[in-house]
Amino acid sequence: MRKNLNVIAAYSIMMGLIILVGIFQSWNIALSIFNLCLISAVMTMGANIQWGYAGLINFGIMGFTALGGLAAVLISVDPVQEAWSAGGSNILFSLFLIIAMVLVVRYILKNYKKSKNRTYIVAAIIVLGIVIIRFISEPGIEAIENVEPAKTGFLGGLGLPIIFSWVVGAFFAGGLAFVIGKVALGLRADYLAIATLLISEIVIAIIKHEDWLTRGVKNVIGLKRPAPYEVNLQQTDWFINLVEKFNSSKLNLITDLTERQTALNQLVIEGSSVFVKLCYSGLFLVVVIILLILTQKALYSPWGRMMRAIRDNEEAANAMGKNVVKQHLLIFVLGSAIVGIAGAMLVTQDGLFTPGSYRPLRYTFLIWVMVIVGGSGNNFGAILGGFVVWFLWIEAAPIGLYLVNLTTAGLDDTHFLKVHLIESVPYFRFLMMGVGLLVIMRYRPKGILPEKIEIK
Amino acid sequence: MDFVNAIILLLNYIFIPALSYGSQLALGAIFVTLIYGILRFANFATGDMMSFGTMFVILFTWYFQSVGISLGVLPTALLAIPFAVIFMIGYMLIIDKFVFKYYRSKKSPPVQLAMVSIGVMFVTQAVVRIIIGPSDRRFFDGEKFLIKAGEFKEMTGLNEGLAIKSTQVLTIIVTLILVSTLFWFLNKTKTGKSMRAYSDNEDLALLSGIDPKKIVMTTWVIAGILATIGGALYGLDKSFKPFTYFNNMLPIFAAAIVGGIGNPFGAFLGGYVIAFSEILLTYAYRKFFMYVLPESMEPDGLVQLLSTDYKFAVSFSILVIVLLYRPSGIFKGKVL
Repeated sequence: MRKNLNVIAAYSIMMGLIILVGIFQSWNIALSIFNLCLISAVMTMGANIQWGYAGLINFGIMGFTALGGLAAVLISVDPVQEAWSAGGSNILFSLFLIIAMVLVVRYILKNYKKSKNRTYIVAAIIVLGIVIIRFISEPGIEAIENVEPAKTGFLGGLGLPIIFSWVVGAFFAGGLAFVIGKVALGLRADYLAIATLLISEIVIAIIKHEDWLTRGVKNVIGLKRPAPYEVNLQQTDWFINLVEKFNSSKLNLITDLTERQTALNQLVIEGSSVFVKLCYSGLFLVVVIILLILTQKALYSPWGRMMRAIRDNEEAANAMGKNVVKQHLLIFVLGSAIVGIAGAMLVTQDGLFTPGSYRPLRYTFLIWVMVIVGGSGNNFGAILGGFVVWFLWIEAAPIGLYLVNLTTAGLDDTHFLKVHLIESVPYFRFLMMGVGLLVIMRYRPKGILPEKIEIK
Repeated sequence: MDFVNAIILLLNYIFIPALSYGSQLALGAIFVTLIYGILRFANFATGDMMSFGTMFVILFTWYFQSVGISLGVLPTALLAIPFAVIFMIGYMLIIDKFVFKYYRSKKSPPVQLAMVSIGVMFVTQAVVRIIIGPSDRRFFDGEKFLIKAGEFKEMTGLNEGLAIKSTQVLTIIVTLILVSTLFWFLNKTKTGKSMRAYSDNEDLALLSGIDPKKIVMTTWVIAGILATIGGALYGLDKSFKPFTYFNNMLPIFAAAIVGGIGNPFGAFLGGYVIAFSEILLTYAYRKFFMYVLPESMEPDGLVQLLSTDYKFAVSFSILVIVLLYRPSGIFKGKVL
């Protein structure tokens, strides 16, 4: 118990802060911060097993998150029948051609010796394949995008419950990670960082511009929810009764019946959105706990020991007969898959998919700050990092505003410096993150909760 | 005649833009490669450092404009660059003293230094946005075109006009001067030679009495000059927006790796490789084929290999091909 005192203390301080927000601002804000903290925690766990267990830098978290989000769209949206009949066959045929192309290339690479001719033939097949696929898919894409462009204009999804997308998102992200890993692993760590950074930009570009698949920057709104809708809740009896019971002391003070009814209505409206957020919190908490148990088990398993050995001394591990590249690939795929889950969770919570909102700073580098600040290699640390950093990220604006007002208190309200500073308050959060990262890396390089390995 | 038209078309839309874009990338890539070769880490703050330098150029340009100083046909920014460079070098040295020096003296692994550069990236980005804001800024003044498309058409009687922007010519000239001075410095002067020696083999260089402090400082000074001028030229040619500069980091890194990271000459050529392939692959060739092919064979579509939205894909593909076939880059850099 004593050993874990710092973990418990850190987590209780964090929960206390969130509760304070709930009391002083509103429970709605507190819960939305909490939910995003949980999602961030899932992302940091993904990044942490790559960086903390294996020392791999993955700067493509944004791309994997977006793929998870894409999975949410493709799973939950109802299929658009007209679009399928307009261009579905072309798209399916192109998909088939892509698979055929990959298989042919694989076959050639496997069965023929490395030579100049082989390289040329593979290149020719790829170029020819791309040209043919473009010729076939273009009319299909055009037809699909012309089906009610204001409302749909894309193929839609499978119409399944959105929860399934959390698994599918993991598969999408893991699949992409497999491809990147095959190319970039085995080279230097910095190369993986640059390669993942580039590919995440490409993923975003594809999601933004392939309207037939994702609606692009037109966004997909009104995704299905795993939780009840506020509007429905406000009309169900048991929920109204519940709110009444919770607030009976407050309501009993009001004697006038009509006034009491309006007060109750107000409470029901507020309560419904809190209730919905609580539902999400519950779902996310389940995911976080399952992942935490699995990652902790993995950390203390022989496999976890091997990963640490590879991280700390690659050559020695290699000499002991461990296949470093293969293990790196495995952990890269696993970590990315976890990030994919987080991406799907994020879209599930928002109920909308906005490809334009994926920015590397928010979805890649902020997650890295979380991992480093929290404590790389320690799952509890990574989760705590997700909580702390996200909390600060949200609360940075009010803190920044307060600081600006404090430092410029002597200046006139219309003074150009004060106006300028107040306008740039949103950017103080970058400054805070940067300084925080630098300070932590310098004075506590292992994070708030450092990695501690006990042999059990 | 059609053939000449086609050539002019390619010159106008591919060759000249790619040459100037490539020069801008090349300056950035040399910056990356120097930091990588001598300080031994991948600097993820590259794009933001460039925007930081450009910010000073803009601020000085505004100041000069408000005082009424201008260079006539040339952009005022040229006058502002030397002042901006001084500030930029100061900033770089401060960052080095307070951030990077500690990890260098501790001999931290490069991965950790790369992570630290993320922190620097956040701070630099915040400072740029707080001082000048995140929006698009144009700070070009002076004569915009060297040759206008209309004038060219009148002069030659061709259908296709050739427009040469003065910023494009300026970019190419400044880059050539800067890069040749740099190579002269690296190859001929004592400090330059010791820098190369240090990059090649640190221990041996230290044994032969090279002062590492001086090397590191010179590197940051050169990096400051390259970052400011590269950023300013890009901003003059297109426009200044912090987020674009951040994204420019990707083709710059690709250029540095393609050229063989740690090798300045490779980085210089790598910039052009990336720029030319990006523009060649995303240009719509329809008009070109209309000139070259007989009427019956004219294409219907745009004949564009890739839409311009996927320009990152070009950098990435080149990177992957190079990594697969020549992991040390086209011009052998450090063997990685």
